[in-house]
Formats: sequence, structure tokens, C-alpha cells
Amino acid sequence: MKKEFIGGYHADQRGYYGEFGGAFIPEMLYPNVEELRQRYLEIMYEDSFQKEFHQLLKDYVGRPSPLYYAKRLSKKHQTKVYLKREDLNHTGAHKVNNTIGQILMAKKLGKTRIIAETGAGQHGVATATVCALMGMECIVYMGEIDIARQAPNVARMKMLGATVRPALSGSRTLKDATNEAIRDWINNPVDTHYIIGSAIGPHPYPDMVTRFQSVISEEIKWQLKEKEGRENPDYVVACIGGGSNAAGTYHHFLDQPEVGIIAVEAAGKGVETGESAATSALGKVGIIHGCKTMLMQTEDGQITEPYSISAGLDYPGVGPMHSHLYTSGRAAFYSATDDEAMTAGLELSQLEGIIPAIETGHAFAIFQHKTFEPDDIVVISLSGRGDKDLQTYIDYFKL
Amino acid sequence: MNRINQKMQQKNQATGAPGKLLSIYFTSGYPNLDDTVTIIQQLEKNGVDMVEIGLPFSDPLADGPTIQESSTVALKNGMTTEKLFEQLRGVRDLVSIPLIAMGYFNPMLQYGVEAFCKKCHEIGIDGIIMPDLPLDVYQEEYEAIFKKYGLINIFLITPQTSEERIREIDEASEGFIYMVSSASVTGSKSGFGTEQEAYFKRVASMNLKNPQIVGFGIKDAQTFQQATKTAKGGIIGSAFIKHLTEHGVASISDFIQRIR
Repeated sequence: MKKEFIGGYHADQRGYYGEFGGAFIPEMLYPNVEELRQRYLEIMYEDSFQKEFHQLLKDYVGRPSPLYYAKRLSKKHQTKVYLKREDLNHTGAHKVNNTIGQILMAKKLGKTRIIAETGAGQHGVATATVCALMGMECIVYMGEIDIARQAPNVARMKMLGATVRPALSGSRTLKDATNEAIRDWINNPVDTHYIIGSAIGPHPYPDMVTRFQSVISEEIKWQLKEKEGRENPDYVVACIGGGSNAAGTYHHFLDQPEVGIIAVEAAGKGVETGESAATSALGKVGIIHGCKTMLMQTEDGQITEPYSISAGLDYPGVGPMHSHLYTSGRAAFYSATDDEAMTAGLELSQLEGIIPAIETGHAFAIFQHKTFEPDDIVVISLSGRGDKDLQTYIDYFKL
Repeated sequence: MNRINQKMQQKNQATGAPGKLLSIYFTSGYPNLDDTVTIIQQLEKNGVDMVEIGLPFSDPLADGPTIQESSTVALKNGMTTEKLFEQLRGVRDLVSIPLIAMGYFNPMLQYGVEAFCKKCHEIGIDGIIMPDLPLDVYQEEYEAIFKKYGLINIFLITPQTSEERIREIDEASEGFIYMVSSASVTGSKSGFGTEQEAYFKRVASMNLKNPQIVGFGIKDAQTFQQATKTAKGGIIGSAFIKHLTEHGVASISDFIQRIR
């Protein structure tokens, strides 16, 4: 990972990916975002920061996460499937890679109070965890609907000492939790750092989150080299809501044209049903949460309320990097319905003994949409484990 | 000359709070879809100096619950950008005070920035406040369009804005600077403390070329007086919307008479 801005498929100096990105923020947020923008690279690439970050990833998170050859899944789908086991990280998902990085950043910036938004609760748990680790106050905003459907994660956050505040406006899901977190930051501009959990938000957030998450693709490269004698797979596959696990999974492969980049969005009940979160199919360019990106909206520019069975993908936008990957054709975008994702989750459970998060189930639904060649190497980001989703699985499969 | 600049240049007619400019924000389409022009007329009739016509947005990041709720209702009532422009056609035959369109940038972007500005010009709108259209993007991409249609873009400053940036904003501004009273979303503070007073004084002592109008946190005569001690005027939004919710459009004069 280079300290410099690269441009192309990566952020340029002003935080743009092609026409997407930037920082469309009210003046109330300007001092905080500007301070972060001016300092994040310098801080992130200090030797002491890198050392502490990687030490924590190793000893606390349990990295490197394994790259596992999924034999039975490979046989079933007639191709070579490797799973990047982010589900084995402490707290059960890739989210912690970013929260470790950002809590260290917050400390360097002299902040004492942490806020976060969460959808599925994975980012909330990962934030509450690092706040406990560092002894910082933690407030997590979560949509009222998500609080109900991700109860175990709410309990975990509380046990970790965080305050969970319900977002009661709009669709009462991830979008609204993000709105409330931003309002909190406006109200507390001095002592507070906002740990955004996805590759969204005003510059420098998408770039900063991507850099912290890029440990995923960095590991895939050397792990695949060990197993297959080559660094580059034929495909990398990830599910996308805002797009943090996807950003981290793709990062080192974006400039390797021989690697196919595949994104799977949540189609909800179907792209055409009006109950969907498939932003690339349903969105157009607009401004959401401080950046210019593809988002689902009415003709009049009102942001529409998305739907997905998975709280983590229930978001009407997608990170600006991904919008650029979509419009430039660098990534192939698919979408999986609730049913397809649930079926894929059950299949992974029974073929490999791994119960994935429902978000992650969407990535595995790629096999219902695309046939790979027998000698293709397909790396799928197993972004999170499914413990938090048991109730939804129980209700869906009548277990 | 733009009506906002004219208004700013008028000599104060009285001393103290009665001499300060009073600007009122309301969300168009609230409480009822077609109240827009009636509200503007009532405000002018009752001596309000300037009106900010809010375009409702689904995700108003800088607003507290009152304006959020009014926006939700307005959108449910069927308010759209096009609808607002239709309602405002002919408004200049009825009122002469400065009118400012205030909203979030995404609806403006979807309407088309140039088309939006052109409509504002045709209607007789004098200025625009888009809190999430930042200074640098405005200058690089949109300033020429705003100017072409004679629209003044109003910028915000807050207690956290550095002196250097306040000067930069002052240089880029016309009309007035929207001085956000405290670190908060709209409608959430009760009264001003010593911290705000120090901030008001600090900005006043900078001798900026643009007058400052204070907004956020003004809800009654007392807070209006405190906020405008050193500023040219004050803006009331949430408290006015609460009044509309509780007492309806017919009682606008009661609210305004109580402010100064």
C-alpha cells in the first residue's frame, strides 16, 4: 500500500474515483473532516502506527485470516473456490480491520469519544470492542428495525460497554443510523471521532477505510502464492452494501487486469419489485452521506428506502470507489435476492460446515448467476459469520 | 441590485433588537401542500425582513427533529422541487422582501443546477443556501451558473470555523454570512451561554465585509436579542415550524409579534 494518492481505480488527491467521491459536507463538519483529511495518511504511515496496527491485527484480531480451499463447494460448482475467512476474525467479520485502524487514528487525533453507525451490528460490535480495548466512550447508532432483527449484536455491544441509540427516522435502518451519527458529530465537534464502518462518507473516509481493509487482498496475494504458486486469482467475489469488505478484497487486484472483479448486491425481493437494495441497477448519481455516488432515489432527488433481508446490505447507496468500478466496467455487478442468498448460505453450511452471515450469503449466490471454468481460481470473501443471523435463518428455514 | 444586498444596506430603523433583521425559515409543503405562498405573504405582512423557503429533503443531515418531521410531512403531502416552483410563480406580484431557497444539494443536482438557477431567477428568488454544497465545489463547478442568474449563494460559519476560513468564506460571499450559533443541528439548543457570546464577539471584531445573520437556536424574543447583539439579524426556523404545527398558518402574526 502506497502512501501517495494513486488515482485510477483508487482515490485521487481530492478523494475522487472518476466522477464519484469528494466531500459534500455542511460547514459544521468541515473542521473535523478537514483535520482528518490533512492528517490521515501521515498518521497511518508512521512506523509506530503501522507497528501497533499490525500487532493488534495479529495478536488481537487473529490475522492473517486463513485462505481456505473449499473442496466440496468447488466440486459442486466445478471450479476452484478459495474462501477468505474474515468470519474467523475476532468479533466475527471483516469490520474489525477498520475499527482497529480508526481507533488508533482517533487516539492520534486526541479524540476521547467515539460514535459509529451500524446496520447488521457487526460494525457496531467491532467499534464497541475497540473502544473497550482502548477505554473510550462509545455510542452506536442503529436503526430501530435493525435493533429488532439483530438482537444478539445489540446485546454484545451493550455488554462491551457501548450505548446503543435507536435511529427512529426514515426507514429506521442503516441509512438513518448514519444520518443520526452525522448529527451527533455536528453536535459534538471537538472531542468526538466518527468511525464510519463502510467505504462511504466524505473524503477521506472511503479511502481510509479501504486502506485499512486492504489487509484482506494483501494477504490473499501471498496466501494464494503459497497454495497455487501465483498471486492473482481469476476472480475475486464479494458482497456489497456500502462496500468495505469488497473494497478490501479487491484492493490489490484492481490494477491487475487479469483478475476479474465481481460484486454481488442485495436484490431483496427482486430488482423490479420495489423492495430491493441493488444500487447499481436501481441507482443514479447523487449525493448521500457526504459523497457523490450511485444511489437509489426518486426523480426529485429524495433518497428511497431500500430493502434487503440482510441488515448490512440494506443501504440505498454504494461506496464511490464501487460506483466507479461499476460505470468503468472494471467490476461485474450481480445481484442476489433474499431467497438466493439464504439458499447459498444453507449450501455453504452443509457443504463446508460454515454458517455465513446473510450478507456474505449474497456473495455465494454468485454460483446461481455465473458458471466458472473448471480451472478458474475464484476467491470469495467470507466477510462474516452467521451467528447473529440465526433467528432469521430459523424463521426462514423453519428450523 | 439583488434584494438581499439592498436589505443588508438599509439603515437600521430602530435601536436594539427591533432594529435587527428577522429572517424566517419554513419548510415548503408544510403543514399543507399549498400553504407556501400564504406563509410568505403573512411573514411579509408581519414585518419579517427575509424568508428562507425550505425544500424538503428525505435525509436532512444538519437538521434536528422538528425540521426533519416537517420535511417528512411535506414530502408525504406531495412536495417536489417542480411543485414548489409552480407554487412560487407570480409570488413577486405579491411580496417584495428577499426570498432565499434553502435545501440540500441532491434535489438541486437532480433537477439540474442550471435549470434550478434559471427557475429561481424567473420566479424572483434572490439567493440560495445549500449547506452540503461546499465552498470549493461551488467555486469550481457552479459559481458561474449562480452568477449568470443573479443568485447569491450564502455560506455558513460555525464556532469551530477557523479565522482563516472565515476570511476565505467572507471573501467568497455576497449578501451575508449565515452564522451558525453553536455546534448543533437545528432546533436543539435552549438559550445562549458565555461560549456563544465570546464567539459572536470574536466574529464581530473581525470586521468582515459581509454582515452576519445568526441562525440555529433562536426561538423567542430573548434568544433573538442575545443572538443579534453584534450581528445584523437572526434566523428562526424550528421554533416557527413548531408554532405552525401547534397553532396553524392563521396565527403567524402572534409568533412574529412576540419576537421583537
